[in-house]
Amino acid sequence: MKRRDFVKKATLSSLATIIGAEIVFGSNMLEGYNPLALQDPDPFKMFNKNKEMIVLNDKPWNIEAQAHLLDDIITPNSKMFIRNNGLIPEGIDVKSWTLTIDGESVKKQKTYTLAELKSKFQQHTYQLTLECGGNGRSEFNPPAKGNQWTVGAVHCATWTGVRLRDVLEDAGIKKDAVYIGYHSTDIHLSRNPEKEPISRGAPMIKSLQDETLLAFKMNGKDIPLVHGYPLRLVAGGWPASVSGKWVNRISIRNKIHDGTKMTGTAYRVPCEPVAPGEKVKDEDMCIIESMPVKSLITYPKSGATIKKGAPLKIRGHAWAGELKVSKMEYSIDFGATWKECSIEKPVNRLAWQHFSASVDFPKKGYYEVWAKATDTQNIAQPMLLPGWNPKGYLNNACHRIAVKVK
Amino acid sequence: MSKHQDFRKGVKKVYHLMMLLFSLFIIAGSVLFYYMVNPNFLTFTDDTENYIAVEEIDEDLIENGVHVRTGFVDAEGLMTVINNCTNCHSSKLVTQNRMSKERWNATIKWMQETQGLWELGGNQEIIVNYLVTNYPVVDKGRRENLTNIEWYDLEN
Repeated sequence: MKRRDFVKKATLSSLATIIGAEIVFGSNMLEGYNPLALQDPDPFKMFNKNKEMIVLNDKPWNIEAQAHLLDDIITPNSKMFIRNNGLIPEGIDVKSWTLTIDGESVKKQKTYTLAELKSKFQQHTYQLTLECGGNGRSEFNPPAKGNQWTVGAVHCATWTGVRLRDVLEDAGIKKDAVYIGYHSTDIHLSRNPEKEPISRGAPMIKSLQDETLLAFKMNGKDIPLVHGYPLRLVAGGWPASVSGKWVNRISIRNKIHDGTKMTGTAYRVPCEPVAPGEKVKDEDMCIIESMPVKSLITYPKSGATIKKGAPLKIRGHAWAGELKVSKMEYSIDFGATWKECSIEKPVNRLAWQHFSASVDFPKKGYYEVWAKATDTQNIAQPMLLPGWNPKGYLNNACHRIAVKVK
Repeated sequence: MSKHQDFRKGVKKVYHLMMLLFSLFIIAGSVLFYYMVNPNFLTFTDDTENYIAVEEIDEDLIENGVHVRTGFVDAEGLMTVINNCTNCHSSKLVTQNRMSKERWNATIKWMQETQGLWELGGNQEIIVNYLVTNYPVVDKGRRENLTNIEWYDLEN
């Protein structure tokens, strides 16, 4: 018996011991497939991720991209960040999956199967920017608690589904409706079934937007498990935590939704600005809604050494939450002078926009190319860190890359 | 005599037949046994590099001052931290963070109130001391220099 076979056999039987059941057809398990029950530590294979993605946390799984990985116009699965608050749901059965609309402000509680959602309502496809509220947290000083995201917790994929509005209206919305809150099948880290890892939502005005979807496809295929299969709420331009994964219930509330991570300090910033490190009471923290204007240089990768004389082509994406980006600039002298980049219109509302420029360097030496986007309300990205906040949200400081001219 | 010879011939035939059956039985048996031990050999796939040998990792192995399994710095309080802080979440959530004594204590209180963490008793001081000593807060200012740049040549 070959050693490999022995190891495999031994592994299978020990897997069986851990899971507490025999793995039927275990010997026919595909290469790269690991039983979900184990939350196996090879995330790159398990989630089909690019090897250059950075694992911040493995329980729960939190993985981010790097700027140069996000060069695609539409982000492919392999380069999409993963943000989980709990454990990935187990044993999803699409045939029996249902979505229930309930809450104080629903006219008539209703339950839909996935097939009913797909056949009953018109389907729409949008490219939507989702950025984690804590993207850029690692730069705050004093440091903020949580996963230390750098720049890669953002993506813009194509989502296909039905409008949340159409489904809510089918069940009926009472006049006193204020907010929606989602509920999902993910598992709390403590494995206590009474606890929800996350249950956030959005005010009615956001919930009823054309682009707010109950999506079942991402980039034309079934949504990957880790990104919310089989049903995900997608609300572009807002902290990605509003876009609940594995959604099986949506409550129409007559007050601001009070689910897990809606209250206290989660996804909230001080209502009034505070000094770095200052203590803020829970009641003085306000819920984050639209994300701020931001941009990323996705080409070239930081660290390029180029020859003097020829210009350097740069490109990337810019986005502005609920708004559009109206101007894109770059600087090679730390903000002393700025030059304009060309910037495309978004393919639809809430999709990121692509910029490019040709950069000339006056002499040899070390440079940093800084990128700055300005939104339609004339608000630009700061070069320094924006307002400090206890949980380290909303860092939209300018992105920069290092370049050496020889 | 010929009758006796015929009988001997008959016995030989039966004997050979039985030997043949017995050998077939042994062969079939060994094939089945091999299949039982290694159910894959009938599946004709190229199994080179299909599986990576599982290396046994010593749970308590320490290399270059780092506890290999968790990535924690080997220092006073290490095992108390491992035993109390890696049951629900990954050690990576701890090592990523930099907090003062006061904020670690507040975080522990939050975990006890909302996340099901148990009372730590005397271990709390050991844990917090370990964290602030080995993962101290560093002043980063309002914007840091770019560091760890990997330089490469680019045709422009």
